[in-house]
Amino acid sequence: MATTPTDAPKPKVNRIGLQVIDYRGGKTTLCAGCGHNAISERIIDAMYEMGIKPEGVAKFSGIGCSSKTPAYFMNRSHSFNSVHGRMPSVATGALMANKRLLGIGVTGDGDTVSIGAGQFVHLMRRNLPIIYVIEDNGCYGLTKGQFSATADLGSTLKSGVINDLPPVDTCMLAIQLGATMVGRSFSGDKKQLHAMLKAALAHKGTVMLDVISPCVTFNDHEGSTKSYKYVLEHEERLHEVDFVPSFENISVEYDPGTAFDVTMHDGSRLRLRKLEEDYNPTDKIQAMTRLMEAHVNGEVLTGVFYINSKAPNFLDMLNITDQPLATLPESVVRPSREVLEKCMEELR
Amino acid sequence: MATIDVVPQESSGHLGRKRVVNDMSIQVATVNGSGSQSSNSVLLRSIFQMGVPVSGKNLFPSNIAGLPTWFTIRANKDGYIARKKEIDLLIAMNAETAQDDVKSLAPGASVLYDEPLALDRVRDDLVFYSVPYDKLVAPVCPEAKLRKLVKNMIYVGVAAHLLDIDMNEVEKALRRQFAKKVKAANLNLAAVKAGYDYAASNLIKRDPFVIARMDKTQGKIIIDGNSAAALGCMFAGCTVVTWYPITPSSSLVETLIEYMKEHRIGPDGKATFAIVQAEDELAAVGMVIGAAWAGARSMTATAGPGISLMAEFTGLAYYVEIPAVIWDIQRVGPSTGLPTRTSQGDVLFTAFLGHGDTKHILLFPSSPEECFTLAHDAFDLAEQFQTPVFVMSDLDLGMNNWMTDPFTYPDKPINRGKVLTKEDLEKVGNFARYKDIDGDGIPYRTLPGTDHPAAAYFARGSGHNEKGQYSERPDDFERNLERINKKFETARSFVPRPEVVSAGKSKIGIIAFGTTHWAITECRDQLRNEHKLETDYLRLKSYPFTHEVHDFIEQHDRLYVVEQNRDGQMATLLKLDIKPELTPRLRSICHIHGLPIDARSVTDELMMMESE
Ligand SMILES: Cc1ncc(C[n+]2csc(CCOP(=O)(O)OP(=O)(O)O)c2C)c(N)n1
Ligand code: SF4
Repeated sequence: MATTPTDAPKPKVNRIGLQVIDYRGGKTTLCAGCGHNAISERIIDAMYEMGIKPEGVAKFSGIGCSSKTPAYFMNRSHSFNSVHGRMPSVATGALMANKRLLGIGVTGDGDTVSIGAGQFVHLMRRNLPIIYVIEDNGCYGLTKGQFSATADLGSTLKSGVINDLPPVDTCMLAIQLGATMVGRSFSGDKKQLHAMLKAALAHKGTVMLDVISPCVTFNDHEGSTKSYKYVLEHEERLHEVDFVPSFENISVEYDPGTAFDVTMHDGSRLRLRKLEEDYNPTDKIQAMTRLMEAHVNGEVLTGVFYINSKAPNFLDMLNITDQPLATLPESVVRPSREVLEKCMEELR
Repeated sequence: MATIDVVPQESSGHLGRKRVVNDMSIQVATVNGSGSQSSNSVLLRSIFQMGVPVSGKNLFPSNIAGLPTWFTIRANKDGYIARKKEIDLLIAMNAETAQDDVKSLAPGASVLYDEPLALDRVRDDLVFYSVPYDKLVAPVCPEAKLRKLVKNMIYVGVAAHLLDIDMNEVEKALRRQFAKKVKAANLNLAAVKAGYDYAASNLIKRDPFVIARMDKTQGKIIIDGNSAAALGCMFAGCTVVTWYPITPSSSLVETLIEYMKEHRIGPDGKATFAIVQAEDELAAVGMVIGAAWAGARSMTATAGPGISLMAEFTGLAYYVEIPAVIWDIQRVGPSTGLPTRTSQGDVLFTAFLGHGDTKHILLFPSSPEECFTLAHDAFDLAEQFQTPVFVMSDLDLGMNNWMTDPFTYPDKPINRGKVLTKEDLEKVGNFARYKDIDGDGIPYRTLPGTDHPAAAYFARGSGHNEKGQYSERPDDFERNLERINKKFETARSFVPRPEVVSAGKSKIGIIAFGTTHWAITECRDQLRNEHKLETDYLRLKSYPFTHEVHDFIEQHDRLYVVEQNRDGQMATLLKLDIKPELTPRLRSICHIHGLPIDARSVTDELMMMESE
């Protein structure tokens, strides 16, 4: 095709002048088709579209296939791949040290619900500002497919072994414990996950997203309740999730009663449409009831179950000075000679 | 306790003995939770104010109320402040242990007891003073509920009279103790006076022990090691503190919280620190590591069981090269062990804490003053070497009262180690997190949030190359681990040097560390005065060992390594470090009963081993 040389087309950039490529990470080493890869893609898109500066982001993870994924997105952000089940404490420490960082934690259902149940509980209680994503495949991918504690009752391993213990519902736990934005999505639901991640970026508190993310190698067979097929057949969306960032001036009108609007910390709006009748996502009790019903009905319920944009977060409660603690100068962190003299005097 | 302390001693005549001035140990036997702590502090402070060197050691049970507790005060004109085995004056307030307590005394000791206990019937080779506490307390304390507490003040008054302690000093110490609570102070003072007056008109002094004014405490302070550590951390510029309560470390953080709230709130009313009570020690150390990774000077304090839980995380920090300061206030293990007793039992475990090849920098404070100064060193070393640093204190140091010179303001600036800023990165262009640029094994790091596209790196516990990228290549792994070892070797010339006392003549060396030091200073005098045996002495302050340690071992034929654990852990650590042919020179003297080590036991054991 003959073309006349013109100016090279300007690459597409976001509102801070970065291209999507600036949000990419290393090449994934996970299995082709693994749900986790799709989630990494959604994180890249959401960060790019929200115009988040990669240098201001800190990524955290534990151990597992899922916990490897921070290496596959946002190379320009610092990242800490810690120990199995203990990412919450590492993230808590780092965000206390530098409260300007935007924290995102990626974990698995094994990493969170088994070995990490203790730290998970306390992270939720503290309402630390962080986006906590569980890539939930109902099994331990990295150690070759053993059941995890989110595996449903009656679900089977490839070998035919049946799970005879009830699952932990991470969303119910998180709501009860104090997380202030809680939802479930599916790695295959591009649109919903994308909107939820963008809303998560606008929230200042613990965002707990449980994302069903099939393990194609160990848990995608007939008999598994975390397979693509099963989730596609059983997904029940509580609502449509729309997100309008603060910097986009779009207003769409809906019939009253069919949508629920939440104004986020930064002025963005989360709009939940085609609601089930009377569902109020700021009501904890309703959220818990609806999730319990979903279990009874065998539905894979997705959506934003609970949101509270008013609760104080952990860093506010600590009343930390505005400058990051990490880089406070000696003149600020070492009290004067007079202070030492005073302390000594009190002990004489 | 009572049975351990039986002192075999000749029963010499005890009446009409020469006055013993400023050299005694007093033991107060009470019940936990009975409020005797204030009385004991007042007694201790009164002696201190008389200018006599003094130390106080609390032997308490793992219990909130109801079990026996012993508080020992040692006054010594020569400044010996280690625990003394022999008790000279027993103040027996606990009916349950009174008989045993009396039986364990050496002949000639004196006993102050509550009249109904009738302890004078137990033995006839002691000096007995009986005091009708209930009769004395009723008139000064009309409120029956308070009598149990106020009763303890009576023995302060009796002791003050018997030992010739100036009542003005007692009153001063008491007012200080009750600070702004004037009413409580008056009530307690009345009880002290009642005791004093009773003794003055009813008791005839028949023991030789007295306190006489000296000037040896001028300008000194009394402080416990944990409070000193707290001050040290505050002045070292610590910004993130996490903890999970455990005796004997809790008071370190609790005191730190008080100090920080008072002295580290900025003009904007906001804190220049964050202190978090974590859900367990795994989380406490995880937070420390996360915070340090992000650039904060962060620390936690714990004891043995907590150290066990921190193993995986500190191994990670060692390998990923993240600073952390961890205070181990050692208590008696294994398991829950004796949680309110002292030991030096975590040395070996902590030195190698973590799986795979792991070695940590350890610091050994022996006094509150060193808790203060080593706090600074710990933070500096952790950041300089990008690795965890453990400060190995113990219950005796951490929770007991020590007389010390006031601390001097830190004279060196805070060392934040090799951190590249945005401006540095602009100059150098790119950076490789784990590359040894300077030949000392210590790489450069960047902090999250650094506003430069090349600043980020991926911190991971899995195998990595110089750039921090995932790598399973054998040569990458080996090179990295050898470089980390090089850091440890570099650290040998940066860690605090030992204190060496050597006239260069003796063939016998003693090696000790931490609180064992105080028994050793006294023991060396005993060896010289009683056995004409000169010894040299090296007090360790850190691991890795510096060249002075190796030199000292080379220079002596026999070396006694004295420590408060069963297995001679420090001796083992030394043996791993020195030339194999020197290892037979090391001999262990070990104490494991949970009470602070005393000089007499060391002297006796050393002499026994010398004669073998
Ligand atoms: C202390 C410890 N115990 C066990 C392991 C082994 N291990 C590695 S990953 C993993 C499970 C991961 O499962 P999950 O978090 O669900 O992640 P997935 O691989 O399924 O994404 C286990 C048990 C470990 N790394 N550390
Ligand atoms: S094993 Fe499963 S979880 Fe792990 S990468 Fe493969 S598909 Fe994903």
